[in-house]
Amino acid sequence: MTLTVESRQRVTDARGSAIDELVVNVGPSHPSTHGVCRVIAHLEGEIVTKADPVIGYLHRGIEKMAENRTYLQVVPLTDRLDYVGSMYANWAYCRSVERLAGITVPERAEYLRVITCELQRIASHMMAIGSSAADTGASTMFLYAFEVRERIIEMFEELCGSRLTYNYVRPGGVSFDLPEGWVDLCRTFCEGLTDKLAEMDRLFFGNVITRGRMKGVGVLSAEDAVGWGASGPVARGSGVDWDLRKDDAYSVYPRFDFEVPLGDAGDCYDRARVRLFESYESGTIVMQALEQMEPGPVNAPVSRLIAPRAGEAYDHIESARGSLGVYLVSDGSPRPYRMKVRSPAFCNLALLKVLAPGHTLSDLVVILGSLDPVFGEVDR
Amino acid sequence: MSIEDLREHLCATYPDLCPLFSIEFGDGTLAVQVGRLQAAAADLKRLGFDRLGMVTAVDRGETFEMVYRLQSREHRVGVFLKCPVPREDPRVPSLVAFWPAADWQEREVYDLFGIVFDGHPDLRRIMLPEDAEGHPLRKDFVSERVIPRPDYI
Repeated sequence: MTLTVESRQRVTDARGSAIDELVVNVGPSHPSTHGVCRVIAHLEGEIVTKADPVIGYLHRGIEKMAENRTYLQVVPLTDRLDYVGSMYANWAYCRSVERLAGITVPERAEYLRVITCELQRIASHMMAIGSSAADTGASTMFLYAFEVRERIIEMFEELCGSRLTYNYVRPGGVSFDLPEGWVDLCRTFCEGLTDKLAEMDRLFFGNVITRGRMKGVGVLSAEDAVGWGASGPVARGSGVDWDLRKDDAYSVYPRFDFEVPLGDAGDCYDRARVRLFESYESGTIVMQALEQMEPGPVNAPVSRLIAPRAGEAYDHIESARGSLGVYLVSDGSPRPYRMKVRSPAFCNLALLKVLAPGHTLSDLVVILGSLDPVFGEVDR
Repeated sequence: MSIEDLREHLCATYPDLCPLFSIEFGDGTLAVQVGRLQAAAADLKRLGFDRLGMVTAVDRGETFEMVYRLQSREHRVGVFLKCPVPREDPRVPSLVAFWPAADWQEREVYDLFGIVFDGHPDLRRIMLPEDAEGHPLRKDFVSERVIPRPDYI
C-alpha cells in the first residue's frame, strides 16, 4: 500500500468552483517517507489542504523495556532510537545516568564523545541532505553525500566494530580508546571535507531545479518553530538561534570556536543548507578536539551494577535533529523506574500539519524530507 | 541565569508561587495542584519560558505525576513543572493553548498512561493502534506479550 485514494467528496475550492476533495493515503511504507510513516493527505486538485501524519509503526516500547533492565543494559536500547545517529542517544542517556549517579567523566572521554558525535552529525546530515536530494530527483547528489557518510561509518567501524548501532558511549566514559592510526585517518578526512562540502553546495544548492523545488516551500516562522518545540536545523533554518552546544554549553564545547549557522527564510532550502554549513562547523570542531586532546583514561571506574540515588535527572544534548533529552526517575534500585526520551524528531514531525497545507502533494514529500525524521526516534 | 537566580526572580515576580518552588540536585521544580496548573503555566510563560521541551508522566502508585520540562531561551535555564493526578479518573487541563508543542506530546501521554487532557483539540492515540487496549507505561499493565526479563543480577 503506497498511494491509495481513501475517499472522494465534492467540495468548493478557494476560487468558488466545485471540485473533488480526495483523501489520499501516503505510506506507511513509501520510498519518499524516510521510514515507516503514513500521511493522510486531503487534496483539492493537487493542493494539500490537510496533512495528518500517522506514526507508531516502529513503536517498540523502548521506554517500557528500559524499566526492566539495569542501567548498563539500557545503553544498547538507546542505539535503536535514532539509528542514523546512535551516538547521540547513547550520550544523552549516559549524561542522565552520570548526573543521577554522580559519576565524573575523564576529560579524554569527553573529547572522544565530542569527536564521535560531531562526526556523527556530519554523517547524519549527509543522510538528510542526500535523501532530500533524492526526493527532488537529484540522485547524483545522493551518491556524493553517501560517499562522505560511508567514510565516517568506516571510521566508526574501526573504532568500535559497528557500523550503525555503536554502543560506544557508556556511563562513565566510552568503551574504547582510539585505535592506532585513527587520528591521522580522521584528520585526513576533515581536511578533505571542506572541498567536498563546497562541491556539494555548488552541485546541489546552486542548482536551479533544487532552488525551484525547495525555495519558498514549507515556510516555518520563527514563532511557530519556538511554540511547536522545534529544534536543531529545523528551528535554525527559521533563524531561531538555539543550539544547546552554545546555549547550555555541556561537556567540553565551551573550549571550541565554532559558529551556529542560521537560515532566514525558514523554507526547505534553508533547512537543508543549514545542515550543510553545520557539517562544515562540525569538521572544524573535530580538528580542534584532535589538537586539544591529551592522553589519559577513557573510562571512569563504574560498577557494572549502577544503583543511583532515588530521585530524577534530566539532561539534554544537541543531536543532529535537535534537543535530545533523557529523563530518568530512579527509586534507588539498579533499574530505572522510568525513562523518557524527549525526541527532537517527534516534535519536528508534528510540524508537518502546519507546513504542508497550501502546497502540492509533491511538495509534501520535500517538506517531510526537510524535517529529517528518523522513525526509530519518533516512535521509540 | 542560574537556578538560584531564577528562584529569586520567580519569588520577586510571583510571590504566591515561591513556596511551591524547590531546588534538588541542581534542578528547579515547581510543584502545583491540578487546579493551578494552567495559571502556573501562564505565569511561567510570562516569565520567559517560551519552549515546552517535554511532557510526560510517572506512575507513582496512588497517583500519576505529570512532568513538564520548560526551557527559557532568554534566561537559558530549564525547570520542571509537576502536578499530581489521581489514578481514578485522571484528568489534566491541556496546555496546547500556551505551547502548541503540547499537542503530540499530550497525545502520547494519553496513549501510554491513559491521562485525559481537557481542552485538547485532537485527543486520540498516537503510538498504539486505535483499537489497542490498556496503557502500557502504567506499572500495573499486564499483557501476555510482555515477557519478564530473567533476573541476571
